[in-house]
Amino acid sequence: MPNLLRTINMALKSLMLQKLRSGLTMLGIVFGVFSVIAMLAIGEGASKQAQEQVLQLGASNIIVVSVEPPEDSSSGSSSGSIKRYGLNRDDFRVLQKTVPRLEGIVPVREVTLNVRNREFEMNPRIVGCTPEYQDMNHLEMVMGRFLSDEDMRKLANVVVIASDTATRLFPLENPLGRTVQISNRAYRVIGVTKERTASAAIGGSLSGQDYNKDLYMPLDTFQSRINNKDTIIKRTSGSFSAVSLVYNQITLKINHPNIVDEPDVIIATAEMVRETMDKNHGVKGDVDVIVPLELLKQAEQLRNIFNVVLGSIAGISLLVGGIGIMNIMLATVTERTREIGIRRALGARRIDITQQFLVETIVLSGTGGIIGVALGLATPIAFRFIKFIVENYIMESSTAQSDMSQMFLNMTPQIAIWSLPVAFGFSVLTGLVFGVYPARSAARLDPIEALRHE
Amino acid sequence: MELTAKLVDLHKHYDLGSVVVKALNGVSLDIPKGDFLAIMGSSGSGKSTMLNLLGGLDRPTKGEYFLSGKNVATLTDDELSAIRNSLIGFIFQSFNLIAQYTVLENIGVPLLYRPGYPAITPEDQDRCNELAKMVGLGERTDHRPYQLSGGQQQRVAIARSLINDPAIIMADEPTGNLDSKTGEEILGMLKMLNAEGRTIIMVTHEDEVAEQAKNQIFMKDGLIAGTGIFKG
Repeated sequence: MPNLLRTINMALKSLMLQKLRSGLTMLGIVFGVFSVIAMLAIGEGASKQAQEQVLQLGASNIIVVSVEPPEDSSSGSSSGSIKRYGLNRDDFRVLQKTVPRLEGIVPVREVTLNVRNREFEMNPRIVGCTPEYQDMNHLEMVMGRFLSDEDMRKLANVVVIASDTATRLFPLENPLGRTVQISNRAYRVIGVTKERTASAAIGGSLSGQDYNKDLYMPLDTFQSRINNKDTIIKRTSGSFSAVSLVYNQITLKINHPNIVDEPDVIIATAEMVRETMDKNHGVKGDVDVIVPLELLKQAEQLRNIFNVVLGSIAGISLLVGGIGIMNIMLATVTERTREIGIRRALGARRIDITQQFLVETIVLSGTGGIIGVALGLATPIAFRFIKFIVENYIMESSTAQSDMSQMFLNMTPQIAIWSLPVAFGFSVLTGLVFGVYPARSAARLDPIEALRHE
Repeated sequence: MELTAKLVDLHKHYDLGSVVVKALNGVSLDIPKGDFLAIMGSSGSGKSTMLNLLGGLDRPTKGEYFLSGKNVATLTDDELSAIRNSLIGFIFQSFNLIAQYTVLENIGVPLLYRPGYPAITPEDQDRCNELAKMVGLGERTDHRPYQLSGGQQQRVAIARSLINDPAIIMADEPTGNLDSKTGEEILGMLKMLNAEGRTIIMVTHEDEVAEQAKNQIFMKDGLIAGTGIFKG
C-alpha cells in the first residue's frame, strides 16, 4: 500500500511536468464520461416523462378511441361523400353494460371549428364532454367553474375555455359571462381552465394534446347543436368535407384499488373490451383500445432501448478518449526512455516500470473521470441552456413544433445516480485497458539501450 | 584475498541479424574487494560492454561472472535488479538524473526499488540529507537538475549511488563531461569512497584519470590487452 501511494505520487509529479499535455489528454476522458452521464440522464428523463404522461392518462383507465380510416380511393375525391366511422351509441351502451367494475365512463366528441368573439377569432379544439372530463385530465380552474351535470341536463349553451383560448378571444376583457360564437350560435363562457402542460402522442392512435387551446362544452349540447345528426360538415373554398362520428373517445375508469400489485385485472378487462370492439369494428379497424398500463410497460422498454443506444454512443466517445490516452502514453514512453533506463539501472524491476506507467495512465483517466462526473452533474443546467437556445433562436415559438421536439423540450434530464460511479469506473477501466500496452512496452525496454537513448 | 567479482572466460555477442558483433571474446579477471580499477580502451574495445556486464545490466553470452558469490549468468531479471539496487551504485558520464525530481528526490530514487519495498523511513530521509551535505549540496536539496552545473549534477549522482550503501561503485566515464578541475573533485570523491572500503570500477579513456586508480586494465578487441597505464 505505501508502495502504491508512492507510485501515485510519482505519477502526479510526472503528469504535473506536462500540465498542458496531461490536460488535453484527459479531455477525451472528460467528455467521454460527461456524455455517458448526460446521455443516460436524457434517456432517463425522456422515459420518466413518458411514464408520467401515461400515468396522467390514468393507470386504471382503458381508453377506446375512434380511428379515422385511411382515405378510401374507390369513392373518389372526398367531395360529396360522408365519412362514417368510429364509436357509436351502441358501443357506448355495450361498454356501459358489460364492462365489470366500471367506475366511470366518459365519452368525448371533439372537432376543430372557428370560434369568434367579435373581431377576435381562432380555431380551437372544441371538446364535447361530461363533467368527469375535468378530473380525468387534471384540469384546474383559474376562474368560474367547469361543466356540471345540470348543464348536461339542460343542454345549456355554455362553454369553458382554456387559458390560450381565453387570451386569444378575450385579450382585453374578462371572458367570464361573455359569449363566443360558434357556427352562428352564441355560447356563454362559464369558466377558464389553468394552463397545463401538453401531453405527447402515445401509441399510434392517441395524438398529443395541447390542452391550452381547448374549448369545452357539455357533450349533449355539442351533439345536438354542433354534431347535428352525428355529422359535421366543414366548408372550405370550393369543396366541403363531412364526417359522421358519434364519439372520438370513450374512457373507461375501472374500479380497482390495487393496480400496482395486480395489474392483471386491468389487462384482462382491456382484453375483454378489445374483443367486444373487434366484434363491431374489427373489419373496419376504426376503433383502437389503449391501455395506459400496457403503455407503461412499453415506456419501460423504451427506456431500456434509450439507455442502450445512448449509452453506446457515449461509450464510443469514452473509447476514443482511451485511444487518445494510449497514443500519448506511447509517446511519453518513447520520450522518457532514458528515465526508464535510469530507473532500471538503479534497481527498478520490470513490474515497477509497468506499475509506474499504468498508474500514471489511470491517474490521468481517473482525474478525467472525476471532472467528467462533475460536468455530468451539470447536465440539467446545460440542457436548460440548449433548450433556451433552441426555443429562442432555432425554433419559431409555437409554430410547427412536432410532437418529437415538443417532447424533447418538455423533458428534464434525470441524472441516474448509478451512472456516476459506473461512468467513473469506466474511465478508470479505460485507463487500465489502454495503459497496459504502453506500460508493458516501457517495461520491456532493454536497460542498456534505454540508457543510451538521447 | 577476498574477491568482489570474478570473471571466467566471459563472452558477449550481439546478434544484429546479418552480423554477430563479438564485443567480449573471453575475458578472465579477478577484482579483489576494495580495489579501484580503471578499465581503459578506445571506443569499440569492449570496455562499455564489460562495465554493463559487471554492473548487472546485462548477462554474458558465454562464461561465468561471479558477483558477491552469485553467478550472474543464471540470475533472473528481477534478481539482477535487486543486485543493482542494493549491491551496486552507478555513476554515469551524463549524470542521468531524473529531470522532474529535486536533488533530494533524485538521491532517494534507489530507495523506491529496495527489495520488498520497505517504507521510506525518516532515517532514510535523514540519510538523503546527509549525503547531499556530504557532496556539498546541503543548501540546494530542493533544486532541480537543470538548475545545477555539471559538477553539481555529478555530485548528486554520487550521493544517489551511495544511498543504499553499496559495496561496489560502477563509474562510466564519470569525468567525461566535466572540466578538469571539477573532474579532479569527482575523482577525489571516488578515492575517498575507495578509502572507505568500497570497490570502485571505473571506465575511462583518459590516462590522467586512469592513473588515479589503483589498478588499470587496457581493453582491445574484446580482450584484456594488458594491465597498467599504456603510454601512447
